[in-house]
Amino acid sequence: MLSSTAEHLYWMARSMERAENTARMLDVTYRMSLLKQSSLEAHHEWRAMLSISGLHEDFEARYEVPDSAHVLHFMALDEKNPGSIYNSIFTARENARAVRGSITSEMWEALNATWLEMRRIKNEGIEADGISRFFDWVKERSHLSRGIAHGTMLRDNSFRFIRLGSFLERADNTARILDVKYHILLPSLRDIGGAADYYQWSALLRSVSAFEAYRKVYRDQITPKRVTELLILRPDMARSLVTCMNEVNRLLHEIDGPRATELIGQCALLRSKLHNDKIDNIFQYGLHEYISEFLEKIYDLGNLVNTTFFWPADELKAADTVSSQKQLSY
Amino acid sequence: MKIAYDEMYAPDGSVRKNYQEYSKWLQAMPADVIARKREAADVAFHRAGITFAVYGEAESQERLIPFDIVPRIIPAHEWTRLESGLRQRVKALNAFLHDIYHDQEIIKSGRIPAQQILGNSQFRHEMVGVDVPEQIYAHIAGVDLVRADHGKQLGEYYVLEDNLRTPSGVSYMLENRKMMMRLFPDLFTRQKIAPVEHYPDMLLNSLRSVAPKGVTNPNVVVLTPGQYNSAYFEHAFLAQQMGVELVDGLDLFVLNEIVYMRTTEGPLRVDVIYRRIDDDFLDPKAFRPDSMLGVAGLFSAYRAGNVTLANAVGTGIADDKAIYVHVPEMIRFYCGEEPILSNVPTWELSKADDLKYVLANLAELVVKEVHGSGGYGMLVGPTASRDEISLFREKIISNPAGYIAQPTLALSTCPTFVDSGVAPRHIDLRPYVLSGKEVTMVPGGLTRVALKEGSLVVNSSQGGGTKDTWILEGGM
Repeated sequence: MLSSTAEHLYWMARSMERAENTARMLDVTYRMSLLKQSSLEAHHEWRAMLSISGLHEDFEARYEVPDSAHVLHFMALDEKNPGSIYNSIFTARENARAVRGSITSEMWEALNATWLEMRRIKNEGIEADGISRFFDWVKERSHLSRGIAHGTMLRDNSFRFIRLGSFLERADNTARILDVKYHILLPSLRDIGGAADYYQWSALLRSVSAFEAYRKVYRDQITPKRVTELLILRPDMARSLVTCMNEVNRLLHEIDGPRATELIGQCALLRSKLHNDKIDNIFQYGLHEYISEFLEKIYDLGNLVNTTFFWPADELKAADTVSSQKQLSY
Repeated sequence: MKIAYDEMYAPDGSVRKNYQEYSKWLQAMPADVIARKREAADVAFHRAGITFAVYGEAESQERLIPFDIVPRIIPAHEWTRLESGLRQRVKALNAFLHDIYHDQEIIKSGRIPAQQILGNSQFRHEMVGVDVPEQIYAHIAGVDLVRADHGKQLGEYYVLEDNLRTPSGVSYMLENRKMMMRLFPDLFTRQKIAPVEHYPDMLLNSLRSVAPKGVTNPNVVVLTPGQYNSAYFEHAFLAQQMGVELVDGLDLFVLNEIVYMRTTEGPLRVDVIYRRIDDDFLDPKAFRPDSMLGVAGLFSAYRAGNVTLANAVGTGIADDKAIYVHVPEMIRFYCGEEPILSNVPTWELSKADDLKYVLANLAELVVKEVHGSGGYGMLVGPTASRDEISLFREKIISNPAGYIAQPTLALSTCPTFVDSGVAPRHIDLRPYVLSGKEVTMVPGGLTRVALKEGSLVVNSSQGGGTKDTWILEGGM
């Protein structure tokens, strides 16, 4: 298939997945912030969320107080924030538009309708229908496009690049969501085991739709270690890191191609590491450090996808001539 | 202005034969059902994103082209004549293009002044001596027809312009039919309406038939300027319907005069390019060096015969408005036949007598820039203000050869849904003629309608809408 088509499909899926996960992350932070006594503590949580998304500088340049109203606006609706839900949905729709010939019309219509509705919501503000309802809406639209892909698309490489985008993004986001809790919780060790702690970990579980799964798997009280194990190492958990990497690994083998050797190798390394890791070792090593390293590797893997399938170095060079001309003409 | 020929009603108010069945149906249809159907059509077009971008409008960059549910109905015998006239005309235009880029017999014979061709900015000197498969240049032609009373000839068809570069709109023809069948399936059981749905297959066959010599299973692609182009929807639509790749300049590259596309599995050779990019932007090495849309080296691959471009480079000379007046003569010269379809009477302002007449009668005439298109850069005398007329007068005087003038035709009208109910609005017709090894067409084309009362400008960029076009099969 055309490199550019693959690239658009991949980013279409990644952006929609990102919109969903941003909604999940905002949801968990919002729930946790409701528990806080003072506004200062609440600010701490919102700030933590921003820094985990790597967007705190951008935020601070344009907003003063990291309170829930500002951060929610910044992360949900701000068109100047490339990581906002608004922009993620826009990007998903623009990428779909560029390849509407390669997706089913149901797929395109769903993404287009999502975008049209997003524009309406932006005009009215997310408080109009209730904040949680907005998060639910974003998740539903993401479920819908994933479901349509599953229910209508030919099982060819178009489908696989869509899935590849989804799972790489999801791996990145699950890791970040785990890190949110870690950042927030660490300073308040006194809370461990308390009611607030329980509430926070269960909020986190709910934010990745894992609360019921946790109950089923562990049939026991909620502990940080088990939650972490569930979200990193359990291969039967839909959003865990190991599940994401299993999928990415399988998809890359199916896509394959003459240039894919290094990419497949790198992916296999990361996957087998996850398979061999034990939760106790991860905690000994430091959860935050572990997650940071994972995020770096996922980032590298994304770059490798780019240079393997979309822009191999020699073809990029040819295009650079064009883009340098582009600069000249302005 | 006198009352225009109406497609549905005769001057005595009776319904014309070709509209009788439809009229009965429409009268039996409750107003609220019609209103609901019209809404449903809007929602469906919006959801499907069948939109176009309007240049120069910052707000609402994507607009729907309004779709009207009253079809334009043409009886079979009229279409038969139109079709042979169109085939004849496009054959002559292709012969003309081959001739002027090779032996230039038509200039030697004195039928068209050399200056008008060789001195025309649309003439591509780079194309002289280049051989193209089947000697076809205008693979896809969109010929604009209008209908008007002329003396005793009631409702006579005229060719308004020949669009031979990258004519657009065919996707609306197809989507309009799909929409009509979805909204009003019963209409299609009441009478036999010629199908148009096979257009993409015909287009693909036509494109494959002009592949470079020796290529047995040609790789055809559609080349778009990109998703912010006003007709992007159509580019994507046609690629999808034909089952070929839609590419932009960054998807292609040229190596040793061979065109390749970049795929996830490595480079793949391209044989036929249905390009929707203007000549100027095709290849920064051969034409405008600042073009970001094209492919460096494409023209050299083309000249070497390693890839076919549809339409060919340099077709703009044949649909130039200064050349338009000569098309009837081309038909006589190349086909040895009398033209079946008439031109609109045209004054060439490069001629002193014509210029004098036109300047004295600007308020009654339509004046067009020779190289203009899309309804930009023209003066419609009867609806223009005094200021606009005097401004145009100055433009004409400073460059008379840059303009032609035509009488203001009372374009035929067709009943159309507007805010106040159903009212007559002016329409035109763009049939599409495909030329490859053979010349083929689907019956009908795209009917455009000027939605503003009294307006004669049907271009979508100027507030025009579209209608489904029916050719009735059988004895009507």
